[in-house]
Amino acid sequence: MGVRKSSLVLFPFSTTGGHILVDTLSELSQSAQAGIANTSSLAELDMLRVFYLGKKGILTKRLRELGLLPSEQRREAGQAINYVKQTVEAAISARRNVLEAVALDVNLASEAIDVTLPGRGQKPGGYHPISRTLSRIEDLFSRIGFSVAEGPEVEDDFRNFEALNIPKHHAARAMHDTFYFDDHTLLRTHTSSVQIRVMECQKPPLRFIASGRVYRCDSDLTHSPMFHQVEGLVVDNGVNFAELKGVLNDFLSNFFECNLLMRFRPSYFPFTEPSAEVDIRCVVCSGDGCRICKDSGWLEVLGCGMVHPSVFERLGIDNESYTGYAFGMGIERLAMLRYGVKDIRLFFENDLRFLEQFR
Amino acid sequence: MKVSEYWLREWVDLKISSTELVAQMTMAGLEVVGVTTAAPPFEQVVVGRLVELTPHPNADRLSIVIVDIGTSDFLRIVCGAPNAAVGMHVPTALIGAVLPCGLKIKPSKIRGIQSQGMLCSAQELGLEGSEGLLALPVNSYPGQSVRQLLELDDSLIEIELAPNRGDCLCMEGIAREIAALNRCEFHQQSVDMIAPVSDAVFPISLLNPADCPRYIGRVIRGVDSTAETPLWMRERLRRADIRALGPLVDVTNYVMLELGQPMHAFDLSRLIGGIEVRRAQPGDRLKLLNGVIVEPDTETLLIADRNGPLAIAGIMGGEISSCTGTTRDVFLESALFLPTSIAGRARRYGLQTDSSYRFERGIDTGSLQRRAIERATQLLTAITGGNPGPIIEEVFQDYLPMQQTIILRPERIEKLLGMKVSVSEVEETLCRLNMIVSFECNHWCVIPPSSRSDITIEADIIEEIVRVHGYEHIPSNRPLALLSMTPQPEGLISLEQFKSILVQRGFQEAITYSFVDPVFQKYLDPESKPLALANPISIDLAVMRTNLWPGLLKAVIYNQNRQQTRLRLFECGSNFILADDLLQQDIYLGGVAAGCLLPEQWGIRNKLVDFYDLKSDIEALLSLTGELQSFEFCAAQHPALNPGQSARIRRKVVSDIQQSVPIGWIGALHSYIARKLGIKGDVFVFELLLKGIQRMGIPGFMDLHKFPFSRRDIAFSVDETVTAQSVYDCIRQHGGELLREVRFFDIYRGTGVPNGRKSLALGLILQDFSCNLTDHMIEETISGIISGLIEDLDATLRI
Repeated sequence: MGVRKSSLVLFPFSTTGGHILVDTLSELSQSAQAGIANTSSLAELDMLRVFYLGKKGILTKRLRELGLLPSEQRREAGQAINYVKQTVEAAISARRNVLEAVALDVNLASEAIDVTLPGRGQKPGGYHPISRTLSRIEDLFSRIGFSVAEGPEVEDDFRNFEALNIPKHHAARAMHDTFYFDDHTLLRTHTSSVQIRVMECQKPPLRFIASGRVYRCDSDLTHSPMFHQVEGLVVDNGVNFAELKGVLNDFLSNFFECNLLMRFRPSYFPFTEPSAEVDIRCVVCSGDGCRICKDSGWLEVLGCGMVHPSVFERLGIDNESYTGYAFGMGIERLAMLRYGVKDIRLFFENDLRFLEQFR
Repeated sequence: MKVSEYWLREWVDLKISSTELVAQMTMAGLEVVGVTTAAPPFEQVVVGRLVELTPHPNADRLSIVIVDIGTSDFLRIVCGAPNAAVGMHVPTALIGAVLPCGLKIKPSKIRGIQSQGMLCSAQELGLEGSEGLLALPVNSYPGQSVRQLLELDDSLIEIELAPNRGDCLCMEGIAREIAALNRCEFHQQSVDMIAPVSDAVFPISLLNPADCPRYIGRVIRGVDSTAETPLWMRERLRRADIRALGPLVDVTNYVMLELGQPMHAFDLSRLIGGIEVRRAQPGDRLKLLNGVIVEPDTETLLIADRNGPLAIAGIMGGEISSCTGTTRDVFLESALFLPTSIAGRARRYGLQTDSSYRFERGIDTGSLQRRAIERATQLLTAITGGNPGPIIEEVFQDYLPMQQTIILRPERIEKLLGMKVSVSEVEETLCRLNMIVSFECNHWCVIPPSSRSDITIEADIIEEIVRVHGYEHIPSNRPLALLSMTPQPEGLISLEQFKSILVQRGFQEAITYSFVDPVFQKYLDPESKPLALANPISIDLAVMRTNLWPGLLKAVIYNQNRQQTRLRLFECGSNFILADDLLQQDIYLGGVAAGCLLPEQWGIRNKLVDFYDLKSDIEALLSLTGELQSFEFCAAQHPALNPGQSARIRRKVVSDIQQSVPIGWIGALHSYIARKLGIKGDVFVFELLLKGIQRMGIPGFMDLHKFPFSRRDIAFSVDETVTAQSVYDCIRQHGGELLREVRFFDIYRGTGVPNGRKSLALGLILQDFSCNLTDHMIEETISGIISGLIEDLDATLRI
């Protein structure tokens, strides 16, 4: 509550009065303090300061008039006036602090805004869910010593098939609906071709993953003519199937961030022997059976195996000193399971309403 | 392949349940993809013997049938089937039965006569067969449950086999496998030698023994091809999804299913001269069983006679020589076509058959052909009668695949698997898988059976051992490795860093197909010849992209059609550029910007995105190099870009700053192309060669400058054609040692500036690193710059 008093009340004494007795000094002090306490603005306070302490202020004048007193009274009167002066100064200073704080509050209040309005400027975009998934996979593997390799998408028949122990007319070729440019050139059907490229120019020990686009002539709810794979290869002395199991166990639990039930089942890839497919407990139904896992309770997520001796042989890697394991997985498949995407084609339509869900 | 569980259990003494069997098959590599029952559910259908048949008094086509269902009271049922005959055993649905089609059997009056049930056809029970009553075996007894009699509660286990497991494409192979997994007895189908009762033969000649090293034939004269295939055989075929087509074909299919040998039956009367197995020659023409006429290429193996092709070997027979209801004399074929002679051919002709599927994967190369023809003869003559001749075998021993002895070392098992398998388990497993095993000093010698042509090396045998042992019993170990760090070059900016900049600046990453619409491609890069796919999946995904714009602009159109007007998309990936017949597959980073500069929001006057907004994004990317000044934007023409708003981005060569190499483009999409493609509004695009922007210098520290800088602003007009870059270069050239920085802060056209000229205002930052600047030093530098501008660029100083 602002208490506004008439300025007249602030000046209870005549400025033209004669001597003021010591007991009137205490009255003066009291009324000054009362006046100061009643000020409601810094300007008012300053007027009081001038009134009491200014060049022509009451207390200044009293001090100046000390000389008129008998010398034996001077000392006592001087002390009394100075005491009052200090009291008034302190009161003014205290009041100033209060009034300044009030003024600041008033000023700040006038600057109040609606903090719930949205911020302004450019809004960030986002990464494609495939990139996001790929980064996670690369991150997980690089932390256990895998490096990242790459290779071309337009590949030769040799590195995509022949060198991987898939000769012409091999029944396994039927599983890869290959896009061809001519008899020798094709779009790679898997990232396994990068295995060959790396082994051609590096000597064991090798421990890397390779990722990227791969292509197969197939299109429906779960197949896209272009998709992404991550391939891993480890060649060293002393690596074996048990280690492969350990690494993939570790990877899948960390990728899905839960202690997954997994199973390795015998399978066939021409470039690994023994070969396995890895299933995880269905992340949708936890094994009860659902549409996603076709009621089997299991989801196939990757293929793997021990590198086939004839792959090493072609590349001049000694089968007796070295063993190797390889694994490969579809990134779309993992992303679909992780994020619950139901149609693979969504990844390549680039509909903003879809992409923006993965920011 | 679908496996009948009941049939399987005839071969193997299985102790495990159906569910356990299914799980076991999957875990052994015979992946089960589905389990169904042999017939849809129905109850209260029993065997009925037709005792008496009288015509219905009120209907010509109906009869009244007295049916014995094993109880003292016979049933009276009204029936319309034309094949009803006294003595027949037929499925009889009792009152209360519900048939698969949902029909509930109730007592009813049909044309005035009470009917106490219904006699059923195969179809009415959810089986396959002709329309008349299903004739059940006469050794069934009246009242017996039809479900039991026909074993209709049988589970059909559908398995998906890997290409190396051709041996499991028949019951015998699967049974052997299951017996090994369960370590239980396996009853092999015994096949008797059928003694010839005639000496009828037919000549066979193998002209390509490398494709077909063995061909066995047999003539059977005097068969009754109208005989009916017995129900049990039809049922087994049906459960394997094979249609019954008469006894001659059914028997060959049955033997294939049982033993794994695809066979063919020719109508002998249609064969002329003798059988020739040869590659196709130009001019060969053949009408196949499915009615399609093919002209096989010379890669294709044929069965032919003197008149020409009869069949595509191992894939499909020809129409003309096929068996029909009138066939009397049959020529049976049981041949060994090697996978290399079949693989890929069936696909080429679009003819995937049960036969080609098996030959492609490799059938038993041992005694199977002979066993199969004996078995087929036995089955066929039992059904159709006939006089078999002797077996005719043509074989080239040298071309027959031989089973090699494979060395298996115990330590290799452990090395590969990371676990030990006991000696006894190894030996037992291999023996059960029909391998011949012997131990010699420190290793085994293993000879796989002729049905397992996929087993050729030690690792194959180890896989067999561990497969039967169970992959789940292999331990799961943490890797042990000697680690070393992967180099992380500081002078190379990662793709991730560039992507992160774009994302922060509002761009959404897209991934588009690497193959694009040739029409789009032509518009956006008319000068390149794109790499075309020989077999594109569709006409609008037919060529490999030569820049990233076709895919990105397609995404723009897609989103514009879905009410998205503000678009910022980027993509990184390979382009496929043919340069002098050499394919380059470098990675590019490209993007598009359309619509407003900022997302719609309060308190800001928005505007449409323009060239300079996108340029700022690119400059942010290039700034990662710490050497933004090493890049130049040069006005240049690109067929896809508006001529006045397109720039080639170049980077100066480190060793020679007079030289620069092109690393990308930025510009406004050509209005004409935008209109042609159906894009709304202005679209700005860029593309950068990733390796052109990845190199950066490693920062080297320089002392901080303690002397203050001074700023002088100047304004002057120049001709419109003078570019900012040339002003910048000119000032740099005349700026001397004190000039540190040039900042453009205004460009003005209008009052006070003559037409055709523009006024530029810029701030010049001067600083000396060794002393405070004096007015004199400043004046000298500024006047040098001004006179340079006046002389070189015809600038007029403005006051």
